[in-house]
Amino acid sequence: MSEEKTISKDEVQLVVFSIGAEEYGLEVSQVQEIIRLLPITRVPRAAAFIEGVINLRGNVIPVVNLHYRLGLDQRKDTDRTRIIVAEVQGMAVGLIVDQVLEVFYLSRSALEPPASAGSVNDVAFIKGIGKLHDRLILLLDLESLLYLNKAEAVS
Amino acid sequence: MDVSQYMDLFLAEAKEHLDSLNENLLALEKEPGDIKVLNEIFRSAHTLKGMAATMGFEGITELTHEMESALMLFKEGKVAVTPEVVDVLFRCLDTLDMMIENITEQGEQSYNYQPLIEDLRKLDKMRGGQPPAYPQEGVQQGEARQEQPMEFNEFDISVMHAAAKSRYSSYYIKIGLAPGTVMKSVRAFMVFRALEEYGQIIKCQPPAQDLEEEKFDDSFEVVFLTQEPAEKILQSLEKIAEVSVLSLQSIDADRLGEDDSNRAETAQPEKTAMPEKSAGQAAVEHDSAGGAAFRTVRVDIGRLDNLMNLVGELVINKTRLEQIGLTHRITDLLEAIEQMGRLTTDLQNLVMKVRMVPIKQVFNRFPRMVRDLARELNKEVQFIMEGQDTELDRTVIDEIGDPLVHLIRNALDHGIEQPDERIKAGKEKTALLRLAARHDGNNVIIMVEDDGRGIDIEKIRRKAVEKGLLTGKEGEYADEGEILKLIFQPGFSTAEVVTDLSGRGVGMDVVKSKIESLNGNISIETKKNVGTKVIISLPLTLAIIQALLVGIGGEQYAIPLSSIDETTFILPEQIKTVKNQEVMLLRGTVLPLLRLDRLLDIPTGNKSNGELFVVVVRKGERRVGLVVDLLVGQQEIVIKSLGQLLTGIRGIAGATILGNGQVSLILDVNSLV
Repeated sequence: MSEEKTISKDEVQLVVFSIGAEEYGLEVSQVQEIIRLLPITRVPRAAAFIEGVINLRGNVIPVVNLHYRLGLDQRKDTDRTRIIVAEVQGMAVGLIVDQVLEVFYLSRSALEPPASAGSVNDVAFIKGIGKLHDRLILLLDLESLLYLNKAEAVS
Repeated sequence: MDVSQYMDLFLAEAKEHLDSLNENLLALEKEPGDIKVLNEIFRSAHTLKGMAATMGFEGITELTHEMESALMLFKEGKVAVTPEVVDVLFRCLDTLDMMIENITEQGEQSYNYQPLIEDLRKLDKMRGGQPPAYPQEGVQQGEARQEQPMEFNEFDISVMHAAAKSRYSSYYIKIGLAPGTVMKSVRAFMVFRALEEYGQIIKCQPPAQDLEEEKFDDSFEVVFLTQEPAEKILQSLEKIAEVSVLSLQSIDADRLGEDDSNRAETAQPEKTAMPEKSAGQAAVEHDSAGGAAFRTVRVDIGRLDNLMNLVGELVINKTRLEQIGLTHRITDLLEAIEQMGRLTTDLQNLVMKVRMVPIKQVFNRFPRMVRDLARELNKEVQFIMEGQDTELDRTVIDEIGDPLVHLIRNALDHGIEQPDERIKAGKEKTALLRLAARHDGNNVIIMVEDDGRGIDIEKIRRKAVEKGLLTGKEGEYADEGEILKLIFQPGFSTAEVVTDLSGRGVGMDVVKSKIESLNGNISIETKKNVGTKVIISLPLTLAIIQALLVGIGGEQYAIPLSSIDETTFILPEQIKTVKNQEVMLLRGTVLPLLRLDRLLDIPTGNKSNGELFVVVVRKGERRVGLVVDLLVGQQEIVIKSLGQLLTGIRGIAGATILGNGQVSLILDVNSLV
C-alpha cells in the first residue's frame, strides 16, 4: 500500500510528535489513532520499557514508555501528553509521547539513513532522519523498538 | 466465474458433508438394510460432487463421482455392505478429507487417488455385471419424480364416484413452488383461486389450514374435480409466477373403489418397490431439515469476540453512567440505567450463548475412530455416545479433541481385552465403551468409560517404588487414589513398562496438563476386571471466570476462584519464619506464605500494622497462602489476552477490564507459586 504511494508521490506522510526536546515521526499508515492518556495498569515482570496496559475500547493493549526506551529524561505527564496507537505486525501498541505536533508529507529525497546523524543511543530504533527546513525528524523503527525483529530471529 | 470468495464456505460445507458421510457410513455398516441412511450418504456425496465441480476441483469431483457409482451398487442391491467394502469407502473419505485439507489459494493439489478408483471399480466387478448406467443427476431426478401417495378415505372416493357420474373427472395435481419463494401462502391461494374457476377442490395435502400458515415445504397436492380438459387447467396454473405443476394425473375413481387399496393408482404411475418409496420419505424429511438449515448463519469466531468486547464496553459505560447518576442524584437517569443494566445482562448472556457449540462437533469423529481401531486390534467394541448436544464454549471445543482421542485410544488399546480373554473372564464378548457429556452447574462433565480389565493398582505401586517415585514405605502406605495420581506424572507415563502392565499412562501427563490449561480437572476411577472411568470436568467457557479481586498497594489483581481454597486473615506478628520462609499456622498445619507485593514488585508505601489477608491457593497437592492488603470481592470477569508483546510472563495469566474501565491483571497461580 505504502509502496504505491511512494511510487506515485515520492513522499511519505508522517505523524510528527515530540518526546523531550526531540521530534519524532511515524508513517501515517502505521498509526491507528491518537488518544489522550488513559489510566495505565502496570504489568509486573514485563520489560522495563513497557509502562503497562490500557483498555482501548475493550481491548487490552500494551503501552511503551518512549522516554525510557529512547534513553531520555523521565516523562512528565501534561495536558498534551498523548498515546499514539500504532499497528505493528498486526498488533496494536500504544506509544506515550509528550505532544503530537502535526501531520505532513515529506519528500523521500529529504529522508536520510540514520547512520549520518543522531546520537548513538537512538540509532537502533531509528529508520531514517527527515529534514524539513531546519528541523530534524527522527523516523521511529517500531519493529526494533519492540524487539520484534529479535523475537522473529529466535523463533 | 470467480469462485475464490466462496472458498471458505466450500471448505466448511465440504467438511460437514464428509462428517455426515463418515457418520452415515458407520450407521450403514451396522444396519446394511437401512435405505434411508444410504440415501443420506448418496445425498451428501452428490452435494459434495456438485460443490467441488462448481469450484473446479476436478480430483474431488472425480473421486466422489466414482464413490457414487459404487454406492449405486448398494442401492441396487448388487453388492452387499460388508466391512471390506465399507473400508474402501472410508479410505475414499480419508483421501477426500486430505484433498480438501490441502486445497490452497492456488487450488487443488494433485493427488494420486487412482488406486482407490481401481478399488471402487473392483466393487463393481464383484457383481460381475455392467457398470451402472444411471443418469448423473440420478438422485435428484429420482426425488423429483417421487410422489407422495395420497390417502383417500371412503368419503373422498364416494365424492369422486359421484363426480364421475356427472361427468366430472378427478385429477391429482402436485404443485411445486420455486425454491426460496416468499409468501408461499399467497401462491397457494392463487393456485386455489385459479383452480376454483374451473371446478372444485375436494382435498388438499397438507390441509388448507397448514397452507395458509405456510407449514409446508416447496410443494402441495390437491384432488380436483372438473369438466374442463387437463391442458386448460395446466395452462392457467403455469401462468402463476413461481408456481409449477409437478404432476397432473387423472384418477380413475372406479378402480379406486374396486381394489379398495385407497390409493390413486394412476396418480402413481411408477409405483415401485418399497425401497424407492422410503427414498421418497427420506427426501421429504431432508427437505424439512434443509429448511431449518437455512435459518442458521455461519459467523467467524473473531466477530463474536468483537461483539463480546463491545458488550463489555457497554457494561463499563453503563457503570460510568451509574456513577454520574449517583453523583448528581438524578433519579430518572438511575431508573433508565437500571433498565439498561437488565438489557446489557441479557445481551451478555446471549453473546455467551452464541459462542457455545454442541460437543457433537468433537464427538462426531469418534465412532469412526473406534471402529477402525477395534478392527485393527481385533477387538469387539460397542461404542456408546451420550449427551452430544451438551454445549461448550467454542474455544474449549477446539482444545478438548486431542485429549479425548488419547483417552479413547488408551481405553481401546489397553483397557479393553481381546474377545477370548473377555469370555475367559466371564464377560460379554463385546466390550462397552461409553463417551458421555453432561452439564453440571457451571461445568461440563465428560466421561470415558470402559468395561475392560481396569488398572492394576498393585503393579503401578511396585513400578513406582522401583522407579523411585515412591519410597518403599510410601509405596506400602499410599492409598489407591494416590497411586492412581501417579499415572499423571510425566516421568511415569513414558516408561514402556506401564504400557505392558495396564496401559493408561502413555501421555496421560499431556492429557492432564491440557485439561488443566483449560481450567479443568481430570480424575480416574478404576476397578480390576470391571473397568475404568476417566472423568473430565471443564468450565463452560474460558472467556468468563469467577475471580476474587484483591488489592495490594495501589493495585488490583484477580485470582481465579478455581484455584482458591479459602481466605483468612492474620496479624503481622503471627507470621513465623521457618528456614527463611514465612509461614503461618492454619488450623494446626503449617502454611507457607508468599507476599504478593514482593513477588510482583508492587510499591507499597507506609506499611500499616493492621491485619493482613491471606488467600489460600492450591497448586496440585501444595497449598500456599498469598498475602494481600485487601479482599475487594468476588466477581465474574472476562478474560482478555495481554497480546504478543506480553506473553509468557510468569504469574500472569491475562487481563480483565473492571467495571470502572480499568485493566486488572489475572494471576496465574500455577506459575506464580
